[in-house]
Amino acid sequence: MKQLLENKNALGLLFMLPAGALLLVFLTYPLGLGTWLGFTDAKIGRAGEWVGLENFQFLIGDSVAQLSLFNTLFYTVVASVLKFGLGLWLALLLNEHLPFKSLIRAVVLLPFIVPTALSAIAFWWIYDSQFSVVSWALTRLGLIHQYIDFLGEPWLARLSVTAANIWRGVPFVAISLLAGLQTISPSLYEASSIDGATPWQQFWHVTLPMLTPIIAVVMTFSVLFTFTDFQLIYVLTRGGPLNATHLMATLSFQRGIPGGAIGEGAALAMLMVPFLLAAILFSYFGLQRRAWQQGGGDK
Amino acid sequence: MSQFKRRDFLKISAGLAAEAAGPLIWVKDAHAQWNSAPEKDARLRVLRWSRFVQGDIDQYMANVKKFEAKYGIPVRVDNESWEDVRPKAAVAANTGAGPDIILGTNDDANLYPDKLVDVTDLANYLGKKYGGFYAACEAYLRPDGKRWIGIPLGAAGSMMVYRESALKAAGFTSFPKDTDSFLKMMKALKDKGTPGGFALGHATGDANTWCHWLVWSFGGKMVDKSNKVVIDSPETIKALEYSRELYGTFVPGTLSWLDPNNNKAFLDGQISVTNNGISIYYAAKNSQDPKIKELVPDINHAEYPVGPAGVGTAFHLFLNQMIFKYTKYPKAAKEFIRFMMEEEQYGPWMQAGIGYVAHPLAAYAKNPIWTSDPKHTPYRDVVKNMRPAGYEGKLGYASAGALADFIIVDMVAEAASGAKSPKEAAERAQKRAERYYKV
Repeated sequence: MKQLLENKNALGLLFMLPAGALLLVFLTYPLGLGTWLGFTDAKIGRAGEWVGLENFQFLIGDSVAQLSLFNTLFYTVVASVLKFGLGLWLALLLNEHLPFKSLIRAVVLLPFIVPTALSAIAFWWIYDSQFSVVSWALTRLGLIHQYIDFLGEPWLARLSVTAANIWRGVPFVAISLLAGLQTISPSLYEASSIDGATPWQQFWHVTLPMLTPIIAVVMTFSVLFTFTDFQLIYVLTRGGPLNATHLMATLSFQRGIPGGAIGEGAALAMLMVPFLLAAILFSYFGLQRRAWQQGGGDK
Repeated sequence: MSQFKRRDFLKISAGLAAEAAGPLIWVKDAHAQWNSAPEKDARLRVLRWSRFVQGDIDQYMANVKKFEAKYGIPVRVDNESWEDVRPKAAVAANTGAGPDIILGTNDDANLYPDKLVDVTDLANYLGKKYGGFYAACEAYLRPDGKRWIGIPLGAAGSMMVYRESALKAAGFTSFPKDTDSFLKMMKALKDKGTPGGFALGHATGDANTWCHWLVWSFGGKMVDKSNKVVIDSPETIKALEYSRELYGTFVPGTLSWLDPNNNKAFLDGQISVTNNGISIYYAAKNSQDPKIKELVPDINHAEYPVGPAGVGTAFHLFLNQMIFKYTKYPKAAKEFIRFMMEEEQYGPWMQAGIGYVAHPLAAYAKNPIWTSDPKHTPYRDVVKNMRPAGYEGKLGYASAGALADFIIVDMVAEAASGAKSPKEAAERAQKRAERYYKV
């Protein structure tokens, strides 16, 4: 025993055991179970039988599932691009010398701190077809004569939920990028300005390359959060109108839990994995490349 | 096995014969006897849906206290949002652990009938004593026509809720009884600037109830008696064409409506007709806001109009009480349900919710809550007149899945809004439903 405890390798394994067990029980097992369920016709309350690829075959041909894939991609791409743009802009502004800097930084973080379900309820009122404050204000100003049907018209609903997601996600991107900005040594800016670089050139050749590693991490997270969003949609529309805002996550829930078809729901959730993996791989093998970070291209 | 079935059958047929011989009009049957001594040291856990109206839970808990005092059996009652009860109940059935009694909705019991305690004796007792259960109860809880797998609790009725003043202004003295005049009224209301509105978003309660009524009222249905999907039919298409016209009279925004939207819009005076439980009236009556309180004399209720099908086709949220086989105290559980269903408890409970939940037992139609305020009366017969979900097929995973996936609601919304033609919408619904009913 004593010998064992003095053995470096054995001790290492021993110390890793609790973490390993936690990962196994709370990550590997549920993921494995979910994968398995996707290949069965399990219902809630009834164990399923292996049906092979049947669930996937059905989902690929199912118009609602196809629409949810489109919605998810649209939601993720539009929201992520705008979150990145606005977040970076905000980070650059906050990095300047502003009065009440820390107060402003704290305020910026607010949308991220408020529980999503609560901010979603606020948006639900903002977008309400009868009580929307936006519509109310615009009618009062005489700019519109009929309330805007934010969540009732398919494309408007898609854009509205995307806007709510952006509102919530920008602070996360901004604050993380701000942290990244502050690690950039001022001497680089001094040196570049001595060389006569314009602010735009400084941004392009100093700030952006130095920021790339953190952008990679932040955007990976941002894309993952957006792709798997659930709460916002569930509170605002439950996937309506006409399934125009159903994301894969919300449809997977609707089919799997209230609908009872847990096998199909699991299969739908599994279909999200390739997209998520692609996002992660892009970030790790693409954005973290040293050549890219240093402003160069592929050799 | 076959022997068991036969014996079972004999026992049940005897029960049936006894029931058939019972009086049709309610007479408190002296022969309705109940003997089921609860197990010693029993304790019960009940999972129920959270209240829709405050009076419900207050009186329910008062009845629970009474039960505890009378039997010395502690009862723990947990509340969950009604849509969350279904998955919990299913997991409890599957894993064999959880609350002893679950108050579920719609076709829950049909998902795991073999996991539920046979309550035929209790159903027979209650039926005999209180004039029998209405027919829809049997579709839900006596699926094989023999064995009761749960005790009906009632249904949360969905009715037409309207403003009398608006109807009068539009030239209608009473609420239309057929779909043609209903459309005329909706058009007149729109012209007067007091439109109606019905939820077409994923509103589990409100959208499902009125969309099912609409399709059924024209003779459309999801499946036939053999569970064959027949939603893509000329009748359905007629219903969808009608929905297109009806939608033109709605207040803007109904495509996004979830369950609370119509309540808010109605109480704010923005719509003059919608479909809902009695909760709008309840909220107005109990409101502290004088503006909302003013609405009380103007609010009234009516049954859904009858369409070309020629019969009432309302759909309501059915509520049941299930005892799970894993319970250690099946007798105490039965005793609890019996106690709660007896007139001394059920009557005051129904009154406390001003009839939000309508009774499943014929005798309770005499309860004064249905006549003390004539505005309650339309909700009286909801269980008597309702059609079960998944009409006209058998209830089970397919009907539950199709309902939860909003197949009917999406179809009506697509056609009504003009996003798809009635034919396209019906075809799509057919395809989606066939998946659940596995063709």
